Amino acid sequence: MSKKHTFRLVALLLVGATILGACGPAGPDTIKIGINAPLTGDIPKVGEGTKFAAEMWLADIEAAGGLEVGGKKYNVELVIEDNESKAESATKASTKLITQDEVLIIVGPQSSKQAVPAGGVANDNETPMVSPWSTNPNTTLDRPWVFRSCFLDPFQGPVAANFITEEFGFSKAAVLYDVASDYPKGLAEFFKAAWEDLHGAGSVAAFESFTTGDADFSSQLTNIINSGAEVIFTPQYYNEVALIVQQAHELGWDKPIVGSDSWGSAETVELCGADCYGLFFSTHYAAAGATGATKAFIDRYEAEHGYVPDDVGALTWDTMLIVQEAIQGCGEVSGELEKDRQCVRDALARIKDFDGITGKMTFTEEGDPIKCAVIVRISEAGEFEFYKSACP
Amino acid sequence: MIFFQNLVNALQLGSFYALIALGYSMVYGVLMLFNFAHGDVFMVGAYIGFLVSTGLLTLANLGAVALPTWLILALTIILAMFLTSFVGMLVERVGYRPLRGAPRASAAISGLMIGIFLETFVLWLGGPKRRSFPALIESTTYELGGVIVTNKKIVIVLVSMLLMLALHLFVRRTKWGMAMRAMAYDYVVVPLMGVPLNTIAALTFGLGSALAAAAGVFFGIAYPVLDPYMGIRYGWKAFVAAILGGRGSVLGAALAGFMLGFIEIFVAWIFPSTWRDLIAYSIILLILTLRPHGFFGEPYSAQLRL
Repeated sequence: MSKKHTFRLVALLLVGATILGACGPAGPDTIKIGINAPLTGDIPKVGEGTKFAAEMWLADIEAAGGLEVGGKKYNVELVIEDNESKAESATKASTKLITQDEVLIIVGPQSSKQAVPAGGVANDNETPMVSPWSTNPNTTLDRPWVFRSCFLDPFQGPVAANFITEEFGFSKAAVLYDVASDYPKGLAEFFKAAWEDLHGAGSVAAFESFTTGDADFSSQLTNIINSGAEVIFTPQYYNEVALIVQQAHELGWDKPIVGSDSWGSAETVELCGADCYGLFFSTHYAAAGATGATKAFIDRYEAEHGYVPDDVGALTWDTMLIVQEAIQGCGEVSGELEKDRQCVRDALARIKDFDGITGKMTFTEEGDPIKCAVIVRISEAGEFEFYKSACP
Repeated sequence: MIFFQNLVNALQLGSFYALIALGYSMVYGVLMLFNFAHGDVFMVGAYIGFLVSTGLLTLANLGAVALPTWLILALTIILAMFLTSFVGMLVERVGYRPLRGAPRASAAISGLMIGIFLETFVLWLGGPKRRSFPALIESTTYELGGVIVTNKKIVIVLVSMLLMLALHLFVRRTKWGMAMRAMAYDYVVVPLMGVPLNTIAALTFGLGSALAAAAGVFFGIAYPVLDPYMGIRYGWKAFVAAILGGRGSVLGAALAGFMLGFIEIFVAWIFPSTWRDLIAYSIILLILTLRPHGFFGEPYSAQLRL
């Protein structure tokens, strides 16, 4: 009997504590921002970059004595949740952030695998969410509450097409891609469409493919070389890039080869070596040769954490500043969560010409930014050098 | 010109298929089983070649020994073949010998398991990071009447053909080769006449694995990105070549390996490359429908001796 009573008492206390806890500290003096990041799992480095960049932003806010909204300074609290790099954990983390921690806005998840389902949770609960890194169109599609701060795959194709046209003045291109993998296949098709828009039908002289795991591209490259193409676009991953570039050179190809953000791994140069020097690819940001605010961020990050931040760190930094601008653009924080979340969402949608370290951004109706991509040149030292930005 | 260029391309690709297919075919000839771990033995050979060449290059760079690059290349090929042959013999000893006499499905399953073991072992040892095979041949490009050939391709194709010729002579001209052929003829009666079955089986696995290792080293030279799972794809393709050449036929496996290379390359030239594998393997299916025992294989009735 007494056991049962104790249990009831504990249960009652717990319920009470939850209710009290929920109303308690989230007073109008504190703004809570949720971070949904892969701190463990397949890609802990991504989670680490997210956390570090967000904490650097928080340090700035605290140094300024809080976040100023409508003339009043608020404390900011970051609620960082681990999504274990899993889709189901990401939705769980977002649900917790929205309902239990009652955050104003969520930053993350990073990869599309988690951002697509977690975006659904945020949208259903009418809580604004910004993913720094997810490039899959479905993350924000038909979800007015979900935003992102990177460009999308359908944008990269035209970027590469425009860059090649302007930089080299070529009018005949060839594409070599993996027909069995979604990302390269999608991007190859977007590039082809964009190139044909610029140069007319038939201007893609060769549209060659292979299957994941192939190592010999000699037949496809022979076709490309004999098609009269002036440039090869190949949106492949770093291991295939090395093989394609080397084989192309061995078959006598001495014209440019251009790639996409999947080239942006340190291993590209490690595997490819001198063959890849001088080639270009499009990506989110370039660490080497950065200037201004981007360089300031890189130097500070490197000083604090000992390595050059990758694109995730830079995009998260920009996302935090976008969130800051949206909250400030709101004018006031009333303490009524529903009203404040609506207000922040509307402010996000209104953001124009936000000047981030990964480029200027303006959100479309879909919640995707119109922003520039960066064209990176692989230098003679094997570094990824900023070459120019390519804008929509 | 494109035709001749693709001919050169196909000769290189065919060399790999042929070298690997020989291992499948020899083992089948002697023991009437397919060594499904053979593709992974090829991968192990490539990794051993990677270790040997990286080690030798480090020694040469330290100035410990004066090694010209051609000597490093030669040593890499020889050492990789030698060491991998022991891997092959070990596979036979552990995976197949205890199952001799067991239903043939057991041996096939055992082979698949050993393949998975080898993949995960290399993965555990070297990590998932892809390895860059050192450039043992400084690439030089020659142009002969519009056809572009590199010195790598010439070396790969010539040495592969030399190895195949050496194997052919070994099987045809030596006592051991004669024992292998006798075993292929009847592996129940021949051991009764004093030919050591286990020794011949180990020799067959060793020879096949050595050729696979040579293919692995050449693969590393031609396509210098190694990963622990690369053996699966090439193993299966070479298996197709072994079937196409005729089970148990050395000559058939070599010719069919080159033929597979030609079919893949020429299909991608003539048809859209998106359909390459579909068309290439439909052609092979058609050939096998017309000639179920391959080019040089004997019909089933003559081979099923038990």
